[in-house]
Amino acid sequence: MALDKNGIAKRIAQELQDGWYVNLGIGIPTLVANYIPEGIEVEFQSENGVLGMGPFPFDGEEDPDLINAGKQTITTRDGASFFDSATSFAMIRGQHVQLTVLGAMEVSQNGDIANWKIPGKMVKGMGGAMDLVASAENIIVAMMHSNKAGESKILKACTLPLTGVGCVKKVVTELAVMEIKEGKFYLLERAPGVSVDEIIAKTEGDLVVPDIVPEMNLN
Amino acid sequence: MNKVVKNPALALAGITDGMTLMVGGFGLCGIPENSIAQLVQMGVKNLTCISNNAGVDDFGLGLLLQGKQVKKMISSYVGENDEFERQMLSGELEVDLIPQGSLAERCRAGGAGIPAFFTPAGYGTEVAEGKEVRMFNGKPHILESALTADYAIVKAWKGDTEGNLIYKATARNFNPMMAMAGKITIAEVEELVPAGTLDPNQIHTPGIFVQRIFKGEKFEKRIEQRTVRPKN
Repeated sequence: MALDKNGIAKRIAQELQDGWYVNLGIGIPTLVANYIPEGIEVEFQSENGVLGMGPFPFDGEEDPDLINAGKQTITTRDGASFFDSATSFAMIRGQHVQLTVLGAMEVSQNGDIANWKIPGKMVKGMGGAMDLVASAENIIVAMMHSNKAGESKILKACTLPLTGVGCVKKVVTELAVMEIKEGKFYLLERAPGVSVDEIIAKTEGDLVVPDIVPEMNLN
Repeated sequence: MNKVVKNPALALAGITDGMTLMVGGFGLCGIPENSIAQLVQMGVKNLTCISNNAGVDDFGLGLLLQGKQVKKMISSYVGENDEFERQMLSGELEVDLIPQGSLAERCRAGGAGIPAFFTPAGYGTEVAEGKEVRMFNGKPHILESALTADYAIVKAWKGDTEGNLIYKATARNFNPMMAMAGKITIAEVEELVPAGTLDPNQIHTPGIFVQRIFKGEKFEKRIEQRTVRPKN
C-alpha cells in the first residue's frame, strides 16, 4: 500500500545520522522530526534563526517571538541558539548543515528540482529554498510520485521554473525510495505492498530497476 | 550620544514619497509595528520596501499595501496576503523575489561596504537571468549586488539611549543586517534603558548602526500560525 505523509516522513527519518544538523522544509518534511530513531541525536535548524528546535508549545505557552520558518510557534531544547538571517544562511551555504529535507512539485533525473512557482498562478516566492538546494551536500526530497491528475512528477526534465539544478540526491515518495546519479533514477526500495510495475508506470524519468527491490522497513 | 526620540512621528520624520525602506521582521515576528502604523498615518506613497515578507492583509506591511503606499516590494516570500496578490496580478505593484539567504546577505553587504558577492543560490534559475556567472571550486556562482535603503526600520527587544540593541529569540531575523544597511536607521524597542544598563557582552547591534531609537507604545505581536500541543 502506498505510504501516507507520515509514512514518507518515517522513512526519511531513517536517513538521519547521529550528530547531524538538519533543516526541515514546510509540509511533509516537518513531520520527520516526529520519527527520530532511538539512540540518535540530531539538531534542527530553522532558517529564520534558530538551532535546537523542540516540539510545539503547550496551549497557552506560545511565544510570538519564537517561530519556525513556517511561522508556527515552537519551543527550543536545551543547547539551542538564536541568530540573524545572514548567519543562518552562512550555516546553510557554508555547508555546516548536514541534511536538508524539502518538498517538491517536480524533480528530474539529473537532480533538478522545481518547487516555488507555477507560471500563471499566484507566485509566493522561493523563501530560502534556492539557498538551501544550491549549497546542501545532502538533499532529500519528500514528495508524491504523481500530481492530482495522475501525471508523474518524477521526470526526465522539469517543466516548471527551477529552484536548483543538479542538486537532489535522494527522493522519497509514497511509493518508493530512489537515488539520483549519473542522470538516472535508481530504484532502491518500494513501499510495503507496492509493486515494481506500479512504480515503473508512474515514473516518467529513466528508472534503473535492480533484480531485487526490497520493501521499506518502517518498523 | 543620545539617540532617543520621543515618538514614532519624530523617529520617522524625513521619510517622503518614493523612498526606499528596509523593514525588519520574518512574517509578523519582529516587525516594527509602531513605525508601520506611523507610516500609514503619514500617508507616504510610492515606497520601495525591502522586507522578507509583506505582512498579512490587516497587519504588518499589509497595512501599507491596503493604502496603496507601496510601489515595489523586494522580498523572498509574499504569500498570505489577498490584497498583495490582487495588486501584483493587476500590475499595480512591482515585485522582486530574491532567495532568502541572498536577501539577507545583500543587506549585510550593503551595510558592510561590500558592493557585490558571488553565491551559488539561484544559479540555473530565473533568478540568475542577466547576472554574471563565475566558477569557484568547480561550481557556478552568480553575482548579487548589495542593498541599501534611505531608511531602515528595525524592531528590538531592548535598546539603550546610545542605540545599542538586543533582540529576542527569532524576532532577530533580518533586523541586524537591515540596521547596518540604512542610511538612517530607526529602532523601535520594547524596553528603552539608560546607557550602561545593558551588558556590552550581550549587544547584538552596536549603536553605531542606529541613528534614532524610541520605545514602542504597544506591541500586538500577532501570531501567524499558532501551533500548540495539548497539555495532558
